[in-house]
Amino acid sequence: MKAVRLVLLQIKYQERAFRRNPAAAFFTIAFPLIFLVILNVIFGGNDLDLGDRVISGATFYIPAIAALTIVNSCYTSIAMSWVFDRDGGVLKRVRGSPLPPWAFLFGRIAHAMILMLALLVLVVLFGWLFYDVDVPGQTMPAVLVTLAVGAFAFCAMGFAIAAMVPNADAAPAVVNASILPLLFISDVFIPPDAGTPAWVEHVSSVFPVRHLSEALQTGFNPFETGAGFEPVHLAVIAAWGVAGLLVTLRFSSWEPRV
Amino acid sequence: MAEAVIKVRGLRKRYGELEAVRGIDLRIERGEVFALLGPNGAGKTTTVEILEGHRSRTAGEVSVLGFDPGRNEVALKERTGIVLQHTGLEPYLTVSETVDMFRGFYPRPLPLDEVLEVVGLEEQRDQRVRRLSGGQQRRLDVAVGLAGDPELLFLDEPTTGFDPTARRGAWAMIRSLRELGKTVLLTTHYLDEAQALADRVAIMVRGEIVAEDTPAGLVAADPDAVIRFRAPRGTALPDGLGLREADEGLIEARTADPTRDLNALTSWALAEGIELEDLTVSRLSLEDVFLRLTDEGDGEVGS
Repeated sequence: MKAVRLVLLQIKYQERAFRRNPAAAFFTIAFPLIFLVILNVIFGGNDLDLGDRVISGATFYIPAIAALTIVNSCYTSIAMSWVFDRDGGVLKRVRGSPLPPWAFLFGRIAHAMILMLALLVLVVLFGWLFYDVDVPGQTMPAVLVTLAVGAFAFCAMGFAIAAMVPNADAAPAVVNASILPLLFISDVFIPPDAGTPAWVEHVSSVFPVRHLSEALQTGFNPFETGAGFEPVHLAVIAAWGVAGLLVTLRFSSWEPRV
Repeated sequence: MAEAVIKVRGLRKRYGELEAVRGIDLRIERGEVFALLGPNGAGKTTTVEILEGHRSRTAGEVSVLGFDPGRNEVALKERTGIVLQHTGLEPYLTVSETVDMFRGFYPRPLPLDEVLEVVGLEEQRDQRVRRLSGGQQRRLDVAVGLAGDPELLFLDEPTTGFDPTARRGAWAMIRSLRELGKTVLLTTHYLDEAQALADRVAIMVRGEIVAEDTPAGLVAADPDAVIRFRAPRGTALPDGLGLREADEGLIEARTADPTRDLNALTSWALAEGIELEDLTVSRLSLEDVFLRLTDEGDGEVGS
């Protein structure tokens, strides 16, 4: 009971601080929508006419934006805020207080997940209103499970990369360099049929972003007839999450690195 | 004998080759304001961080409120408050939200209004943290340290970077902590601060405590006097009196025998026809004692 109260307290103040910085909040929220618009402007109009129904081309961009949103909300923002809070003495202050470290951590993760879910709902709603995208029906459980596994794994990896970053000045460079190339080679920014060399796909298959992207593509695929679960992709993502968790537990620190 | 809040025996901390703390003993009693002084690199911060539980120790016994801080127990953290040198607070929350959040971590927090009153931030209660002045942010640091109504408060250089008015304000605040019955362990660079606030002072040099007493006792323990005066620039000073140039163009000498040395000095001045302007003979100040204790060796004094 006390644990729940402490985590809720963290989330409450995190949300409040987030809302108080309107520029940051606005662009965090606008970012995936901007992507949806840009992808439609560049690649748009590929509506599929099936005779009995028309599938909007935008439907196929939703999983890419969902993958990007998970990466941004969980991996990038957790890694950045952890390094900044470590350098700024926030973590040290927390550790000197009776707040258990895990309660602080859970507060962070919960905030990231709430934001991620809100953004995804917004993107799907926006796409449905303006681009006629298909909202998943029978594959919804698969989408939610993929989101949960993805959020866990990318949060864990966010904490892990934060442990590798020496200081706040290095954080944007290190975090972006670790994730942007993967987004490019994992069919997130560039559509699958763009003629990517096979070896690039083999390389990216080692990393979790492609698996996240493909699992989401199945989940959001309007032609999917089954439940849409992708156990192999989910297993790879989860394995990366466990690795991230182990690195975090072993190397994470609560004090500025001198 | 009063109850000891902090007991330290034979505390050592080694970082590789460097021994930062070399076997110190401390005893701080309930309700005391205790100041730990020393030049940079003397081991003050390391010592305090071991007591706070932020750092492990190499050897020695440490007891804080009966707990071993190395064990990281919540029950100890609920009874201590730590005011770090760096802020690390959420800039977009208000003063009262920040204090309230920290109050939420403790089982028996101090009422919000009381915290704000002690640190003098009642008028800023609805201001965002990022809009506070440097002095106000430091007060908020103290407020956060007080939120849980701690028995023991660690204050790490609470007035560094303050203007004189803000320092006086902070001093009044620390005095009111004493009135609340809090035990305070203060580290500071400022000798006048220790003299004004502390019941007892320990001076740390190169990992060891070289002196420990009340501020008055530290001064009284040193029978020396200081002779100070000004002489025209380029004057050849007499040998044998230990004269040296001090701050603000003064020449000074420390002496165990002020009558004899003053006689020698004035005889020389009369013979040379030199006027000794601003001539004074005084007891040592805490600063003189500190400088003597810390000068013995490399002469490196903290900024």
